[in-house]
Amino acid sequence: MTSVLAVLEQRDGALRGVSHEVVTAARRLADALGGTVEALLLAPRPDVKGVDALGRFGADKVTVLHHATVFARYAPEACARAVTTRATGGKHAAVLLAASATGRDLAPRVAAQLGVPLASDAIDLSADGDALVVTRPVYAGKALLKIKMTARPAVVSLRPSVFTPVERPKAGTLETPSLASGDSGRVVVREVKAAPAGSLDVGEAPIVVSGGRGLKEPANFKVLEDLARAFGGRAAVGASRAVVDAGWRPHADQVGQTGKTVSPTLYIAVGISGAIQHLAGMRTAKVIVAINRDKDAPIFKVADYGIVGDLFEVVPKLTEEIKKLDG
Amino acid sequence: MKIAVCIKRVPDSETRVKIAADGKTLDEAGVKFIVNPYDEFALEEALRRKEQAGSGEVVVVSLGPAAAQETIRAALAIGADSGVLLQADRVPADGLEVARALAAELKDGGFDLILFGKVAIDDSNHQVGPMVAELLGLPCVTAITHLELGAGQGTAEREVEGGIEVVEFPFPAVLTTDKGLNEPRLPSLKGIMAAKKKPLAVKPITLPAGSIEVLAMLPPPDRKAGKIVGEGGAAVPELVRLLREEAKVL
Repeated sequence: MTSVLAVLEQRDGALRGVSHEVVTAARRLADALGGTVEALLLAPRPDVKGVDALGRFGADKVTVLHHATVFARYAPEACARAVTTRATGGKHAAVLLAASATGRDLAPRVAAQLGVPLASDAIDLSADGDALVVTRPVYAGKALLKIKMTARPAVVSLRPSVFTPVERPKAGTLETPSLASGDSGRVVVREVKAAPAGSLDVGEAPIVVSGGRGLKEPANFKVLEDLARAFGGRAAVGASRAVVDAGWRPHADQVGQTGKTVSPTLYIAVGISGAIQHLAGMRTAKVIVAINRDKDAPIFKVADYGIVGDLFEVVPKLTEEIKKLDG
Repeated sequence: MKIAVCIKRVPDSETRVKIAADGKTLDEAGVKFIVNPYDEFALEEALRRKEQAGSGEVVVVSLGPAAAQETIRAALAIGADSGVLLQADRVPADGLEVARALAAELKDGGFDLILFGKVAIDDSNHQVGPMVAELLGLPCVTAITHLELGAGQGTAEREVEGGIEVVEFPFPAVLTTDKGLNEPRLPSLKGIMAAKKKPLAVKPITLPAGSIEVLAMLPPPDRKAGKIVGEGGAAVPELVRLLREEAKVL
């Protein structure tokens, strides 16, 4: 029987949220192919928080391959080897990973080792006989490319926040073998410098509040940070290329063609006119709100809801209203 | 230190994408082409390393159509020493085929470092650099934002969700570069003049199509026209109501 391999992620002993998205996509594909879902998690220990719930999302079999030192942090070479070993043998039609920082690094290594193609950032996937049909953004979302992958297994990374987790209960049997080799490889993550506690990554946050030149100066981003905070840990602050290039905000926060392409549930563009390269980076958001002084700004053409006005008046008012909701 | 920088000719990021009559490719009429912005960080880093060492060689390698000679000349004008164009009329959608062609070219080059941009802004494949590393059996760190090199050993930083990984690696190695690594310089007039005389080897190649077939290029789904809720702070309560009751996102 054919199978889809879902490669999951954990950090500090807890399953990362994108893992549910990967299992959900794998389940959907496995059903189309008439196959099973095998989930593989590489972890420092066998008891990873959240693993027991994976059956609910449609995993038939979950393997936690563990090693206390090799998998203590992300080990690119050891992880690639472990996934490749698992995916060799012709049993798997596809290997699915999240297009996260780790997945983006791991997927091409695995594909090259297996000698098969990789489709990055898939937003849709289906089966056509034995082949996989994948839709993925190109030109940073200004167009979509629909491709057919004929190799087996096909390696596919999935754009975060697109495959909404769906519960599809399966038996979810669990096995927890330990990794035999203690070799971490030549590339070693010596340390992970943590970002300030509670800060969310723009690429994965369900709500993104982004600012542009309309903020006038770096210190004014405080009004956006206040708004993001009002959403209670669900929002991240993003930025346009103009303000990143001006050094107001870190490049990790940039949304657009030379920054991150984001698909949050809610994207609030504040003082951003809406250059083509910015629109490319956020147009797949579920709902877009624009706040801008210029009623003719291109951002209003893609926004679901717009307010024309002074952001320094509108945004604090919005922050107040959002706080009331949660209160 | 001998460094290879792999660059790609891509449409400018301000390009309006128009799909060609074949329904599968970009209509290139009127499109301005540039050096892939992420590759500029790779080139800048290579030039700085050579300058710091006081000696060395920076070779630019590109795979693309004949017009990519201009892309290579642009890199030579910025300061690279020589260029190689693997000239292919068609670049396949399967990045592994591109990686195989580049790996074959780079294999016996004696490079200490092979640098790539982390992604090309046209096909957004996010894969050719690390694939080349695997094919050559070299260590690889992707999407680096900081780099320090010692004797045969380097330390790089890369951004992950909610943090920064500090990564150690031996070289020769393959690195892919992210925005934030450095501030790329602009070409000087002197550099532009000098570039005309720098060696540029053109090697015609034919690439297999690989295992990815393009079925269609499609416009992104249309966003239905939105509405202006109102003007100024007075419109905020209505916006919040719409987000809750109509859009159901709050």
